[in-house]
Amino acid sequence: MIRFLKLTMAVAGKDIRSEWRTKESLNASIAFSIVVLLLFSFAFDPASESTKEFAGGLLWLVFMFAGALIVNRSFARELPNDCLDVLIASPLPMAALFLGKAIACFTLLMVIELISLPVFGIFYDITWWNQPGWLMLILTMTTWAMSVVGTLFSALTVNLRLRELMLPMLLYPMLIPALMAAIQLTTVVLTTDPVGGDNYTWVKLLVGFDIIFTSLSLALVDFVLVR
Amino acid sequence: MVPVSVENVWKYFGDYPALREVNFTLESASCLALLGRNGAGKTTMLRILAGLSTASKGEVKLPDRRHTAYLGHNIGIYDELSALENLKLFGRFYEVENPVSRASKWLERVSLAHVADAPAREFSRGMRQRLALARVFLHEPEMLLLDEPFTSLDDRAIALLQDLMREAKQRGASIILSTHQLREALELATKVVLLNRGQIAYCGPRTQAMVDDPAALYRDHGGEA
Repeated sequence: MIRFLKLTMAVAGKDIRSEWRTKESLNASIAFSIVVLLLFSFAFDPASESTKEFAGGLLWLVFMFAGALIVNRSFARELPNDCLDVLIASPLPMAALFLGKAIACFTLLMVIELISLPVFGIFYDITWWNQPGWLMLILTMTTWAMSVVGTLFSALTVNLRLRELMLPMLLYPMLIPALMAAIQLTTVVLTTDPVGGDNYTWVKLLVGFDIIFTSLSLALVDFVLVR
Repeated sequence: MVPVSVENVWKYFGDYPALREVNFTLESASCLALLGRNGAGKTTMLRILAGLSTASKGEVKLPDRRHTAYLGHNIGIYDELSALENLKLFGRFYEVENPVSRASKWLERVSLAHVADAPAREFSRGMRQRLALARVFLHEPEMLLLDEPFTSLDDRAIALLQDLMREAKQRGASIILSTHQLREALELATKVVLLNRGQIAYCGPRTQAMVDDPAALYRDHGGEA
């Protein structure tokens, strides 16, 4: 188990280091989120109360679109020099490879989200830090859902020529339950209402989604990578 | 003990059989040259042996993956990482003891110690190929799977690879290499498997006659594309 975790962290560290050095998708993703938030701020009146009601939805759509740029690179990063073949031929468990890549995606997505949040607060005049604990919990759970499903589909589409198009087409429909829960809970958190009652159902949905898709992905990754 | 055994292996791509009833074994400390024209099935066979593809039928037995190494058509190193980081990473994957000192030792061996901390993307083609060789031999594998390893290597890298393969054989490692460079392959090989359209055209020991006239292998046993 310790060896598995060490290998997982070695893969995650390698991916984060590679991305940090090239900043290929990180810069594009941050720029994309800020530009979309800016453009939408022209379309909607930030002073209006109704803006706060759909702010959660807007925020997660931006995160999902920006996130696709990150998860797309997850396995595509292994294509130059045929590094994926070398990894598959090595004794590295495919589950450790998958989990390491999901952790790297999660870290990079969290960086993008934490940079975009203050920008979102300024453009839409929203105090987003009222319930920081709940906000972090929602961000963490939904970002993990995006990372796990995104990494699995990144592995599935890595050898397709149209992978940049195929990945979002597969990813977004699959993420609908997690996205619905995240939007609902984020809207509650941003409107300063306390999280309680029916909202716990959405929290349970997010937890269930994360557990099911993490287990399913770990079980399927060998089959997905070795043809 | 027979470290490699391939029994009745078939591989289909759609309806097309890329490999048909392939059988061979390889003993320890020996070298098998997997020969054949383009499309004969050499790379398909090596990919199955390396675990990159599965056989449609048949069985393949190999040593544990911790003791094997694979060098495909490409170098399999990360451009964004330094030479030392690349070797350290693969050292961890192969559970090499003290990966940093082992990586440094191998960088010395392939004459890259002076650029250990430089990213691989800044290396010349020859340097990248030598780094790939260091990656392959880093964990002192018992089984080497080399797919056209001499292709596009410069003369210095070819000499280095031949030295490394001889040393590997001396310490008891088995080697399977596919190549079009008949002379280099036959000098090292103890056994030859010639594939023709996915079928074995010849499987047997390498003879001195093959080394003297490599082209005769194709003339005598077929192997035409």
